[in-house]
Amino acid sequence: MNKLLIGRYIPGNSFVHRLDPRTKLLASFYYIGIIFLADNWQTYLVLLLFTLAAIAMSKIKLGFFWKGVRPLIWLILFTVLLQVFFTQGGHVYWHWGIFTLSQYGLINGTYIFVRFVLIIFMSTLLTLTTPPLALADAVEYILYPLKYVHFPVYEVALMLSIALRFVPTLMDETEKIMNAQRARGVDFGEGSLMQRIKSLVPLLIPLFVSSFNRADDLATAMEARGYRGGEGRSKFRILKWHAADRWVGLSFIVLTIILIVLR
Amino acid sequence: MDITFTNVDYTYQANTPFQGVGLRDINLTIHGGSYTAIIGHTGSGKSTLLQHLNALLKPTAGTVQIGDRTITPATNNKNLKPIRQKVGMVFQFPESQLFEETVLKDIAFGPQNFGMSADKAHQRAEEMAELVGLPKETWEQSPFDLSGGQMRRVAIAGVLAMQPEYLVLDEPSAGLDPLGRQEMMDLFNKLHRENGLTIVLVTHQMDDVANYADQVVVMEHGQVIRTGTPREIFANEQWLVDKQLGVPKTTHFAEVLKQQGFQFEPLPLTEDELVTALLPQLLRQGGAANE
Repeated sequence: MNKLLIGRYIPGNSFVHRLDPRTKLLASFYYIGIIFLADNWQTYLVLLLFTLAAIAMSKIKLGFFWKGVRPLIWLILFTVLLQVFFTQGGHVYWHWGIFTLSQYGLINGTYIFVRFVLIIFMSTLLTLTTPPLALADAVEYILYPLKYVHFPVYEVALMLSIALRFVPTLMDETEKIMNAQRARGVDFGEGSLMQRIKSLVPLLIPLFVSSFNRADDLATAMEARGYRGGEGRSKFRILKWHAADRWVGLSFIVLTIILIVLR
Repeated sequence: MDITFTNVDYTYQANTPFQGVGLRDINLTIHGGSYTAIIGHTGSGKSTLLQHLNALLKPTAGTVQIGDRTITPATNNKNLKPIRQKVGMVFQFPESQLFEETVLKDIAFGPQNFGMSADKAHQRAEEMAELVGLPKETWEQSPFDLSGGQMRRVAIAGVLAMQPEYLVLDEPSAGLDPLGRQEMMDLFNKLHRENGLTIVLVTHQMDDVANYADQVVVMEHGQVIRTGTPREIFANEQWLVDKQLGVPKTTHFAEVLKQQGFQFEPLPLTEDELVTALLPQLLRQGGAANE
């Protein structure tokens, strides 16, 4: 469980860490969008260099980003292989039944692979450098316009920040209950599929029960401190745009122009 | 059965940015039949050490010898069940591990995992419910309807039902009322004296250490910094205070009395010892005053 890197935050004080979370969130989404502009090796090279530069500025070792890719490697390889064997066109190297190994197939496969890696790198960069609560604030800000169509922005933002806050707590709790049940002779992840599912009962029930209790306690504590809903509250963490955020914006505009020119 | 640690290191999440030291170079033997107390400041590695006792964690270096099994960093996760049965573990706030429909079913869960028949496990569960002092009317209730103290009894009964040779307790009395605490500690002591159960207790209650333990392990920053009998450990109050620990209330009181001219050699650890040492001195003083 602890091997999962997605969603973890590494405290630091690099250029990327200091950026406004809204910038990082919007930039990540935008980046995923413009990745699809790339369609030849020059554009992919530009994107790769851009991503590596962003990672270098975060002062986090490249190795950790690879760890983010690893859990998804089978999904990526599966997609890549589908592309490689089912794309027609160009020079055909090998042919067997419905499978074709062609020039275009190989090129497309490589592009898909690079695309996956770049997207995972960028989103890992976002979560590694941004504390979850800051991300929740950013989401609240971005969702704000939806208030005018009666979307419950405050409630969603509150749920999001509470959920994010309790992810590590619940992980610890899960670990603890798993250990307690292991000590009582439960084998998690062993035996037949049915046995594996059954062995989850002693884990899931206590987890749900403790979540209910926790929710109850938290709601009581919030009410006791005067929480009456999101409307009319002031903010403790106030987000501010800085010069650095403008530079990031500018660099993305430049990147977009380069991609459009090169494609 | 002894449990022996040889040069044990444990690192949390090794080779990640979240890496943290859990244990460093632990050399320690917990003899079968002993009552060992592990004390130390919060975060000193006590709970990490405990989880090595039944191979929930495996050392990142060194070996742990549990009876005839040797646990090394390379040990496979399979076939650890016999160890888990011999070393019963009661975690902090064990009431969070309850999940069955009735109290008895929950207590019988452990033995059944180790291959006991449902009937026999049920019978064992009744014995254990009796032993930990659960009123009969609660036996068929849902464990979630019980009070916090009773839930903890169910959880402890569930561990005792596996009939372990070792009982490992991580702050078993935390959050209980004074009476419940006393009953719980007396129960463990009874099991130790009468059934020869080996007990490993992690606690912040120095009074419990003085009253029950025969061996004390002091931990700091993932290392064992001292082992000895309670008398040896509590002889130096200042050293313990420096380690953010303390001495039992009785010992502290005796220390204060000493400054008023009373004599204690050695320092009393329990109330009984204090009374035995103090009474003759008071009588003598009283006698002197009367003359």
